[in-house]
Amino acid sequence: MNIEELREHLCSRYPLLCPLFSSEFGDGTLTVEPDDLHRAAGDMKELGFSRLDVVTALDRGETFELVYRLESAEIRTGLSLRCSVPRDQPRISSLFDLWPAADWQEREVYDLFGIEFEGHPDLRRILLPDDWVGHLLRKDYVDDRVVKRPDYI
Amino acid sequence: MAVDIESRTPVEDAEGRTVEELVVNIGPSHPSTHGVCRIIAHIDGEIVTRAEPVIGYLHRGIEKMCENRTYLQIVPLTDRLDYVGSMYANWAYCRAVERLASIRVPERAEYIRVITCELQRIASHMMAIGSSGADTGAFTMFVWAFDVRERVVELFEELCGARLTYSYVRPGGVARDLPDGWTDACRAVVDRLPAKIEEMDRLFFGNTIARGRLKGVGVLSADDAVAWGASGPTARGSGVDWDLRRDDPYSVYPRFDFDIPLGDAGDAYDRGRCRLWEAVESCRIITQALDQIEPGPVHAEGFPRLLAPRQGDAYDRIESARGTLGVFVASDGSTRPYRVKFRSPAFCNLALIGRLAPGHTISDLVVILGSLDPVFGEVDR
Repeated sequence: MNIEELREHLCSRYPLLCPLFSSEFGDGTLTVEPDDLHRAAGDMKELGFSRLDVVTALDRGETFELVYRLESAEIRTGLSLRCSVPRDQPRISSLFDLWPAADWQEREVYDLFGIEFEGHPDLRRILLPDDWVGHLLRKDYVDDRVVKRPDYI
Repeated sequence: MAVDIESRTPVEDAEGRTVEELVVNIGPSHPSTHGVCRIIAHIDGEIVTRAEPVIGYLHRGIEKMCENRTYLQIVPLTDRLDYVGSMYANWAYCRAVERLASIRVPERAEYIRVITCELQRIASHMMAIGSSGADTGAFTMFVWAFDVRERVVELFEELCGARLTYSYVRPGGVARDLPDGWTDACRAVVDRLPAKIEEMDRLFFGNTIARGRLKGVGVLSADDAVAWGASGPTARGSGVDWDLRRDDPYSVYPRFDFDIPLGDAGDAYDRGRCRLWEAVESCRIITQALDQIEPGPVHAEGFPRLLAPRQGDAYDRIESARGTLGVFVASDGSTRPYRVKFRSPAFCNLALIGRLAPGHTISDLVVILGSLDPVFGEVDR
């Protein structure tokens, strides 16, 4: 199945999701509201996306953009599920119950971005020590110990 | 990173007395952890009841450092992820950047990338099998495997001057063309290898002691492997027939004829043996690539000195020695990436250890960890 076929397939089964689908740079992309994420992910799993490839986030200022990339041996094209959560209330439901692979990946996003995953069984920091202050990959993270890189270019 | 070393569940001993579980701390710096990994093992007698890996001891914040460097300055950072397979991270990162900036790579460069990365697979798998041997007391295997690895590393040294951190694959192509006589040296190494590997298979995987130590240890079912996001030989040892080189072909891989070795039991033995036979398949690919490669440029023409891709993001992945290595690059249109994320196969595979270890002895825990083949530069990033 290529991206176009995936789009048609999605549109026939989930007409509500269809307008949210786009494809750029290779992968299909589906942008949903945070409240719908878990349901949409469940639908995608039913559709045949048996693997959760990667969970990551981007700091977009007022919001954090979450990216979940799904893949499947049958469909053979990737799909990224995206949603934005507000910076002052970064919460989203965990996908651990659908794909256990989310366990460490969500812990990493929690550690580095401070996004809370509701329903995650063991949400603790994973890479940094528990007493670390702040979240490293937020754009407003400052650490006095970091040596400023000279601006050569 | 913090762990619970206090909670001890009462257990009953052989004579019916209530005793406490013993909590054993292994690592973070211990020869059998293959790097800086700490494992908190709760044991009842000698049997592990719970094992919790504690990672992050090698966290250097590479993803954050990437946001502060230009696209080309990031290539040396990717070397420091998986330091026994640097070519893979170089290539995966370059593919993501090339996708984002719509750069076309010359064919010769693609062939060189395939040749070097398949050599890297041999080198990396030899490290994994050799250290599995050392873990189980088969030190001969360690020395033999490192002998093979040395031949490959010598080729890399001739190619780019470095033995571990190559920075050879660059956005747009590769750093320089193959040196004179390199293809003959490469062919000589690759021609001798399959016979050597068959001998290693008999020496180690045919050995009664090694079979006793590896068979039935750390059994991972195919369904669990998919659900937990395992990839590479870790998943293929359980019979999951999934290899990006064949199933989502990239670069010039569709032009080669090769097989994907699969296990069925999903234990440490099958995972190790998959790695060994993958090295033979890599030799087949390299031989075909050396036959097909033609002269030409090795770097994209008109490549800008300072790359500033358009706004957007791209994800690309390759099949590394450990599994699916993906790189997500987001650009805001400037000369530095807005966000770089490395999807590390070692990180995802290591998450399984808490599932595989219970019920086995402490010495088997070491074998299971070795069979997942984690490299902590890549786990911690």
